[in-house]
Order: sequence, then structure tokens, then C-alpha cells
Amino acid sequence: MATAAAAADHHYTTTGLNSRKMLFWTFLGSECMFFGSLISTYLVYKNHSTTGPYPHEVLNIPLTSISAFVLLMSSLTMVLALAGVQRDRIGQAKLWLAATAFLGMIFIGNQVYEFHHFVTSEGLTLQKNLFGASFFVLTGFHGAHVTVGVIWLLSLLIMAFSGKLSSKNSLDVEIAGLYWHFVDIVWIGIFTLIYLIQ
Amino acid sequence: MSEAAHSTPQGEHPAKEHAHPGAGEYLRIAAILTVITAVEVAVFYIPAMAQWLVPTLLVLSAVKFVLVVMFYMHLKFDHPTFSWLFTLGLTIAAGIIISLMLLFDAFVRFHNMHPAG
Repeated sequence: MATAAAAADHHYTTTGLNSRKMLFWTFLGSECMFFGSLISTYLVYKNHSTTGPYPHEVLNIPLTSISAFVLLMSSLTMVLALAGVQRDRIGQAKLWLAATAFLGMIFIGNQVYEFHHFVTSEGLTLQKNLFGASFFVLTGFHGAHVTVGVIWLLSLLIMAFSGKLSSKNSLDVEIAGLYWHFVDIVWIGIFTLIYLIQ
Repeated sequence: MSEAAHSTPQGEHPAKEHAHPGAGEYLRIAAILTVITAVEVAVFYIPAMAQWLVPTLLVLSAVKFVLVVMFYMHLKFDHPTFSWLFTLGLTIAAGIIISLMLLFDAFVRFHNMHPAG
């Protein structure tokens, strides 16, 4: 009965696949291309700067390692939130959704600190050199995605607290989770290609 | 692994999906991801690893990427069509990166800067 009720809320394509989920995976595929373009622009331009600061002079590995760890742990809390919703354990889901949003905010806080430090202490701005331009555009767009994710998570948290979240609409949490994990895997790439391989 | 299939009100038969894993498996994946991240950072700081830095980091990050996509994004358990949709975008993205780096000689400049890597 529960699955039939859940199915009544979902729309299926003629392939038998959920249309929202199919749309979202297509969107994530297009996001891969978007970030692929930004990453390649960074990799092409980073060594073309005629003036400093250069990547190895400014990039803070300890700080970004913490950010990488925080975002990975937020992926764990996100799947635990989804598991809670799917099993109708809404209290558990609220806790993990809040934890995910909190970890996302820590990540954004670290990025704001990093950007502020680069601009005020290192003199690296968007206009300074090609490294600065491509670095700020790439990591800034990723940070904007994380910010959208945090807002999305907080809206789900509000739904949960107002009693509108249950296993019937677990797909809402699953799709938010897909988005959240996607920003995590983009950071896995950025952390390696931009920070560790300088 | 059990399978779950829903029936729609219109009588259509949605594709079957495998049940998602439990908290225990999610925690095991998180532990593996944490260890890999620690190894990545350690490799970055170990001078003796300089020669193998780039290939090691690329392999480790690829493993992390696959683990998150397969287990946390459930592609291992969902219908293969979702995997194809994502892989298509990912393949084009990889093509964009490699093509642009070849066009602008980025691989050559990178090799000259890291002759041992």
C-alpha cells in the first residue's frame, strides 16, 4: 500500500523510469560539462600568468583538506537523512538534514575566509592575473552551487518540521541528495586538480 | 539485495530498482573516503612521492568519485539508464578538458614544469 501511495505521487516515463529523476540525472550530466569547461579553462590558463601571485604561493592545503573532509562527511549525513525519510524516521531525517546543511555552511565559511585572505593578504583578485580569474570563477561557481544546496536542504528541513515530509515524498530528499553529492564529487575533482596538483 | 517495483495508477509498470544500502554500508564508504583523503594529503607532503604524485592523486580521486556516485548517488542500485545519462555528460566533459589541454599545449607545459611526474 505504501509503495502504491508513493507511486501515485510520482510520474513515470514510458520507459518505466521516474520522470523527475530522469530529468535530474540529465541536468547533472549537463553540469558535468559546465564544470568540465571551467576546470579546463583553469588548467589551460593557470601557468600563463605573467605576474604573481602564483598557485603554489597562495593555495592553503590544510584549510582545503578540512573543507574536502567536511564535504565528504556531509555526503554521509545526506544519505543518512534519505535513509531516515525512506523508513519514515522523520526525527532522524531532521537531524541528518540539519547536520548536512551545517557542514555545507562550514564549507562555505572556509571558502569565504579563503577568498577574503587571497584578496586582502595575497593581493589575488579576479583581475590580477589569469590564475586569479580562472580560480575565482571555478571555485566561486562551485561555492554558489553549495550555497544553493544549503538553501535547498534548509527548505527540506522546514518541510520536515511542518510535517510535510514522509516516505511518500522521499523522492524530494533523494533528488536534493543527488544535487548535494554532485557538488561533493565536483569538489573531489577541484581538490585534486587545482589544489594538490599545483 | 531485494528489489522494489512500484505500480502506477495508470497501470504502467515502472522499472525495477534495487533497494538502497543501509547505514552500515554508508558508514563503511565514509571511512574509506576519509582514509583516501588522508592518503592524498599525505602523498602531497611526502617528497619521496613527488615522482608519483600526479598519477597517484588522479587514481585516488577517481576511486573517491566512483564510490560517491555508485553508493551515495545509488547508481549501482538504480536503473542503468541513469548511469548512461550521467556517463554521457561526464564523457563529454572529459573530452572538453583533454581537447582544450591538447589545443593549448597544457600537457607539454605541465610536463616541462614537472619533469619527474
